[in-house]
Amino acid sequence: MADLNKSDAAKKRGAMKRKKTLVAWSFILPNLIGFFVFTFVPIVFSLFLSLCEWSAGNQGVKFVGFENFRYMFAQDRSFRIALKNTLYYTVVTVPLTLFIALGLAMLMNKPLKGKTFFRSVLFFPYVASLVAVAVVWMALFNPERGPINGLLMSLGVQNPPRWAASQVWAMPTIIGLTIWKGMGYYMVVYLAGLQGVPSELYEAAEIDGANNWEKFLNVTWPCITPTTFFVLMMLVVATFKSYDIMYITTQGGPGEATKVLAYHIFNSAFVSMKFGYASAVAMVLFVIIIALTIFQFKMEKRFTNY
Amino acid sequence: MESKQKTTGYYVSKVLTYVFLIILAFIMLIPFAWMISSSLKLEKDVFAFPIQWIPTDPQWSNYSEIWKKVPLVTGFLNSTKLTIIVTILQILTSSFAAYAFAKLEFKGRNLVFMLYVMTISIPWQVYMVPQYIMMTRFHLTDSHIGLILMHTFTATGVFLMRQFYMGIPTDLLEAARIDGLSEYGIYARIMLPLSKAAIATLCITSFTFEWNDFMGPLIYLSSANKKTLQIMLRMFNTQYSSNYALIMAAATVALIPVLVLFAFLQQYFVEGVATSGIKG
Repeated sequence: MADLNKSDAAKKRGAMKRKKTLVAWSFILPNLIGFFVFTFVPIVFSLFLSLCEWSAGNQGVKFVGFENFRYMFAQDRSFRIALKNTLYYTVVTVPLTLFIALGLAMLMNKPLKGKTFFRSVLFFPYVASLVAVAVVWMALFNPERGPINGLLMSLGVQNPPRWAASQVWAMPTIIGLTIWKGMGYYMVVYLAGLQGVPSELYEAAEIDGANNWEKFLNVTWPCITPTTFFVLMMLVVATFKSYDIMYITTQGGPGEATKVLAYHIFNSAFVSMKFGYASAVAMVLFVIIIALTIFQFKMEKRFTNY
Repeated sequence: MESKQKTTGYYVSKVLTYVFLIILAFIMLIPFAWMISSSLKLEKDVFAFPIQWIPTDPQWSNYSEIWKKVPLVTGFLNSTKLTIIVTILQILTSSFAAYAFAKLEFKGRNLVFMLYVMTISIPWQVYMVPQYIMMTRFHLTDSHIGLILMHTFTATGVFLMRQFYMGIPTDLLEAARIDGLSEYGIYARIMLPLSKAAIATLCITSFTFEWNDFMGPLIYLSSANKKTLQIMLRMFNTQYSSNYALIMAAATVALIPVLVLFAFLQQYFVEGVATSGIKG
């Protein structure tokens, strides 16, 4: 009798547990199914695709092993140019954005009137439509008629740069637009980081007679290391993956001056219709981003000293 | 003597800060000011130098003209539809899943959550090609449903909501359970009302992403009646590339919805960035 009761209770507990699990899964499934099918499967699929030859025209999929990668590194000139341009774009954009954002955040961290206004003005370009702001930038920097060159010429510059139309200046023009659009966002991230710096540390530094620069070097900078790593990671990923800005402003040109890695993926897939090869280039992008992420995590552990 | 010096120095630095910030605000706003000013000019005056910031004879007709040149209304409606549906679905499904990840114990929870976390730093560019092939097989290209399905179920949405829910005390939920509230009841009556800030953040991110998205619609939508506002704006720019006054009017129209949202919710925008930034 007692035994029966016990097993009854156990059964009941089992049923309760099963019901609990069922309820939990009912919460997760609506999102999980969509996420699994439309994000996770494509990611796994891309690993396989990068080892295949798959063109839109002929329906056949052919497994070619590492042939795509061999072609990419040995023969594809566009790939090398794209890789070089991506590095150029990242190496210039990331530190500039980071330091401008930090400088602005330190300025805005003081008690100021109209802080909300300034913060909003700096932040707004980040949420503004890229197509719209790019169109405006391209008009402002129009080499023949744009007001920027009008200003430069009235200041006595004989041959102002041809901006997006020039091999040399196209990338800097895009970098300028990227920084202008993004710096407000990273400033806000830094502002949050700065608010976490304990004010006692500044007071202590003042007692020790530290000047502003010393205070920055010995208090602010070490205290916001985690924020800096976070900003760095966000920025690097953002610059490595961007191609919409190049597509809208210069179509990767003039020549291939602003063709970046993600643009090469897009072109290979949707213009040349070489899906397998495009996926192989995407794998390179993926490996670079993962490697940088791991590297930054390692560095963060090493340099965050509290 | 020393304290007096300090105060003058203090005021000088204060004034310099303001001057600098005002100049900076101008630099940030000049492109927008130029856009609006040009949108009200005759084409021949757009590039006149020096710039006439306030047009003497504002051409309001530019704003009625643009709707006739390109089906901007269709674009506007399509963008609105996509944005609203994606935003609502994302908030609902993400907060739903996040509740289970944050507050319910079950087998496989950590494993499934790992699946989400792992993909968080993988950009779309890495898997857009296989995704496109799959969508072609599902016959979901050139359809709004396809875009909605691809953009609704994001790892970041689930992650953001979960982080927020982790901060809500479990005791509160236990008390509700003793009172006989089901898990669905707890989600609807306790979790959702308490997570307004997180929902606002997700709402803003989702809204601005979908409204401004360019590459998604560019790759997927081919029928003219399905295209979004950003695509139309781009078309406008290439088709009427010599008519800058009209292009600027169209750009202004494309910016307004986000500007309005930003004006009302800018606090949430900023706080959202700040909190997600700290927690990473």
